[in-house]
Amino acid sequence: MKIAIIKYNAGNLFSVDCALKRLGVEPVITHDKETLLSADKVIFPGVGEARTTMDYLKGCGLDQLIKDLKQPVLGICLGMQLLCRHSEEGDVDCLGIFDAEVKKFQPTHPEEKVPHMGWNTLSHLRSPLFQGLKEEEFVYFVHSFYVPVNEFTAATTEYITPFGAALHKDNFYATQFHPEKSGKVGECILRNFLNL
Amino acid sequence: MLAKRIIPCLDIKDGQTVKGTNFVNLRQAGDPVELGKAYSEQGADELVYLDITASHEGRKTFTELVKRISAEINIPFTVGGGIHELSDVERLLNAGADKVSINSSALRNPQLIDDIALHFGSQVCVVAIDARQTPQGWKCYLNGGRLETDRFLMEWAEEANSRGAGEILFTSMDHDGVKEGYANEALAELADRLSIPVIASGGAGKKEHFRDAFTLGKANAALAASVFHFGEIRIPELKDYLCQEGVTVRR
Repeated sequence: MKIAIIKYNAGNLFSVDCALKRLGVEPVITHDKETLLSADKVIFPGVGEARTTMDYLKGCGLDQLIKDLKQPVLGICLGMQLLCRHSEEGDVDCLGIFDAEVKKFQPTHPEEKVPHMGWNTLSHLRSPLFQGLKEEEFVYFVHSFYVPVNEFTAATTEYITPFGAALHKDNFYATQFHPEKSGKVGECILRNFLNL
Repeated sequence: MLAKRIIPCLDIKDGQTVKGTNFVNLRQAGDPVELGKAYSEQGADELVYLDITASHEGRKTFTELVKRISAEINIPFTVGGGIHELSDVERLLNAGADKVSINSSALRNPQLIDDIALHFGSQVCVVAIDARQTPQGWKCYLNGGRLETDRFLMEWAEEANSRGAGEILFTSMDHDGVKEGYANEALAELADRLSIPVIASGGAGKKEHFRDAFTLGKANAALAASVFHFGEIRIPELKDYLCQEGVTVRR
């Protein structure tokens, strides 16, 4: 099985690479179009700022390539947000796989800190990504922007407001949390993705 | 619900943990990777690795260590110590660290916070503050608490927040090592004033101290070193206790 991680200026490529290696997989980290198009699975990681990252993806033609992918794709964190239609972060049009708007958390109470940082629970699981997992398992989040619950929501988390912790449409899967940093639960989710 | 985080802190010198440990069943108690794994398996939510090596050679050793930690450990970790400029941050993030903690270098050059936030995002930038109560109020200290500055805790924490820090790690030098609890009043004031999470540090001696840091101190996370390293408090039991006390923790 050939697993490709999209190589671009994202912050967590190395962590995702390490997490897959712990599962016994040797991924390729690449921006080569042929390699990405022919991979069995593609992972689109992301830590960074939406506009800067979209500009970078457009600059090297990766934006169109991602839209053309037909194999299972997993977007992580910013990767998930960039798969949506538009982001309030930098007011930028994104890839539009998921017809959803990415919004900034608006705290209503001093105890609601932004970024949403730490371990929070998943509920309303409905995706093969979560096979074998119970409701209310903890996973690790770090983000200041969120995707409101919509028709593609595959798991829900509550912080300030209920939001999409995971999305799924056709061959595109995405998590707002970091499975590569979410201990054994995260390993189970990554393994499920590899087994799709 | 977002869980309160428990964070063991490991001091590293020349690639080895400094403080003694009495972890049973650990083949190499001095190996930071083994120790980190043991904490992770016990249920630690994050780890902090502080490099207390001064030499250039030691820095290289630490970077290699960060790569090994990243390869082996499946929870987030922060690294600190010896970070003076953006290239240090880049080197450690590329080695796989999730966050970097800056302390004296941020006080000397506050612009570093803006630069880290701009280049790598606020979420990677932990600003650590060592402070002590003086007749004028809580004062910030440099160089591991050796040098008093003219900056006050609250105004410096607020400035760090507005410059783009992602978290504040506040150590009360008055409470550190005393094992009589965290500086809960100051913590609560920070929590009320800041829009970013606060990590409590300094003073843990009993399980109750963690509860108080979360309830009275309104901290988002609590860091400790010796109570974990010497096995005085075990993380699974601490989390059981916190859960009974109504604190949300990951188990």
